[in-house]
Amino acid sequence: MELTHTEPQKAPRAVTLETHKWTLVVNLDKCTGCQACVVACHAENNVPMRSEREVIRGRGQHWIRIERYWQGDLPELQAEFLPMMCQECSNAPCEPVCPVYASVHSERENLNLQVYNRCVGTRYCQNNCPYKVRYFNFFDPQFDLPLEQQLNPDVTVRVAGIMEKCTSCVQRIRRGEEQALVQNRSLHDGEVIPACVQTCPTSALTFGDRNDPQSKVAAVLEDQRKFRVLEELGTEPNVYYLKGG
Amino acid sequence: MAQDSMHLPVWKQPFPEDSELAAQAEELRREHLLLDARPPKELADRVLTPMARLGWVFWLVFVVLAGALLTWLVTWTNQMFQGLGVVGYNRVVMWAPYIINFVYFIGIGHAGTFISAALRVLRFDWRAPISRAAETLTIFALAAAGSMPLIHLGRAWKAYWLIPYPNERGLWPDLHSPLLWDMIAIFTYLSCSLLFEYLGLLPDLAMAREYVTGWRKRFYTLLSLGWRGSGKQWKHLDTAQNVFSYAIIPVMFSVHTIVSWDFAMTLQPEWHSSIFGPYFVVGALFSGVGAVIIVLAVLRKALHLEYYIRAEHFNGMGKFLLVLSLTWAYFYFNSYIVPWYGQDPASRVILQNEATGWAAPLWYLMLFSNIVVPWATLWSKKLRTSIPVIVGVSIFVQIGMYIERYLIVAMSLGYNYLPFNWLTYTPQLTEILITIGAFSLVTLGVVLTSRLVPIIPVWEVKEGQRMQGMRRIGRAMVQTRTEPE
Repeated sequence: MELTHTEPQKAPRAVTLETHKWTLVVNLDKCTGCQACVVACHAENNVPMRSEREVIRGRGQHWIRIERYWQGDLPELQAEFLPMMCQECSNAPCEPVCPVYASVHSERENLNLQVYNRCVGTRYCQNNCPYKVRYFNFFDPQFDLPLEQQLNPDVTVRVAGIMEKCTSCVQRIRRGEEQALVQNRSLHDGEVIPACVQTCPTSALTFGDRNDPQSKVAAVLEDQRKFRVLEELGTEPNVYYLKGG
Repeated sequence: MAQDSMHLPVWKQPFPEDSELAAQAEELRREHLLLDARPPKELADRVLTPMARLGWVFWLVFVVLAGALLTWLVTWTNQMFQGLGVVGYNRVVMWAPYIINFVYFIGIGHAGTFISAALRVLRFDWRAPISRAAETLTIFALAAAGSMPLIHLGRAWKAYWLIPYPNERGLWPDLHSPLLWDMIAIFTYLSCSLLFEYLGLLPDLAMAREYVTGWRKRFYTLLSLGWRGSGKQWKHLDTAQNVFSYAIIPVMFSVHTIVSWDFAMTLQPEWHSSIFGPYFVVGALFSGVGAVIIVLAVLRKALHLEYYIRAEHFNGMGKFLLVLSLTWAYFYFNSYIVPWYGQDPASRVILQNEATGWAAPLWYLMLFSNIVVPWATLWSKKLRTSIPVIVGVSIFVQIGMYIERYLIVAMSLGYNYLPFNWLTYTPQLTEILITIGAFSLVTLGVVLTSRLVPIIPVWEVKEGQRMQGMRRIGRAMVQTRTEPE
């Protein structure tokens, strides 16, 4: 019998997802340090609330935190707020140091992803993160009773022993993309926003696709006050800040 | 009589010719093991007899160390069930107790190879009796060091994900990560060290097989793999040991360089430094040679090895320790002065903290132990050959080098670019118990090995004694050495 070899037919990809350059802009002039974003993030992403004792030991766990710095001296003492979340670096220091590919890059979305079930907990990524925005689950998460009822079903609850961090609410991005796909259209600007941006009472946060010149984020980035934290390290963050006065 | 002997041919003249030279020869024999040749039976007896005698001190040490080891396992189990929160980490200092131990024990593991392989290649004959004790220390130190990253993992039961094995996800570990280089380097070094020690053990196991009875005889017969001491076997052994000696030296350098890269490859201030590689290698040898001195002194006392381990060995090791202390100080100065001139804000805070902050007592104790103590004592041969003094100096070196790792890992990590994230690490009971357990593992390993196999390479001593001799030059007896081709 003669054997013939036929090239297996490659199934045509049903969908090609669009590439995005997701960018977050923080207007420091508008930030009042109210921490609403922190609460929203906890609620959206099932971030466990650690006990007072744990927080005193330096193990507070907030994917977004408000860093407070003091400027000047009494009586002209002034508090400055710096909201700090994952900077979604294009050249992320946390990625190459992970031995098991738990910290990986998504070129398509311009995001830095954390694969929870791949993480073994070497914690090398946090050592190498200059922003220190990655959090380790020292214990299994515990949610006091009513809070258990409001866990977000779109987001994993993470076990003890692994690292986690801000995902730019990737579950919202996915949902938006799927919706757009079903309706056979592109994502609209402002259709997808993370919980922190949605909650900010002073609209200090803007989120969007920098690739889209019509987007709000592209307009905000025209501002001359823009800077990136620790830019000199060459991490190429995708979170921009507008200098406060 | 002296008149008569002048007329005899040279090979019939008495040696040494007169009482003065005889006294000199006696002195040389007392000082140097390799000139003090004894019959094979006596050489074997001096190792094999005290080995089998297990007194109450041995059992006490055994029970204490085994207890500490058991505590270690219980503590680790507890840590796995409860989560790493029982350790004193915080959200910034993510590597502290276990990585300090890891670097420390890898460092200890460097001396064995240095003494066996490097000194063998360089033909330092006096190292013959001490090489096996050093190699044994290497193996158990590496075992303790290897356990540390496992204990350190958040999910230790997933540690095999770091091993490249075929799996349905087609995922391999990321070779970009220094941790993976680390694992490969340590695995290579551990297997090389094990084989290297076992090769050297073969003739001694065969020797022991001939002298003992009972279960020990069966044990040694099995382990000696049919060693008969034929010319062919010796030739193979010599070739294999040469190959291993030359191969293991670069491996040794690579291992600690890669350990340093775990730190140097990061963006962390005071870690990101190009001098870390050689600096860590020297620090490792420094603490390792100190640890070997302590082990030798203890074995000498416990197994009555006064014939084998003599002042000359402590003298030689003391010289190494001094040279390594000088080299360490040189590298430390280098790694200090560059960031000091750089005045990078985070580095400046770390350096200030060392000089005047909470870390100051530790920092000054480190400088005292690693620099002042060795420099003040080891220049003198009298102090080098005094066992209590050199053991004391070595203990200081251990303390100093442990603190050095503590400052590099736990202290530096607490200070980084954004001052909001400056935190300090405080040790908790869990890591203290596990650290004690790791020290116990190393000690127990060396203690048990010294009772199970001849801890002195008798055949190497015998070989050295064949190669070394004395001759008279003028009015002095001098040590001579034959170079085999």
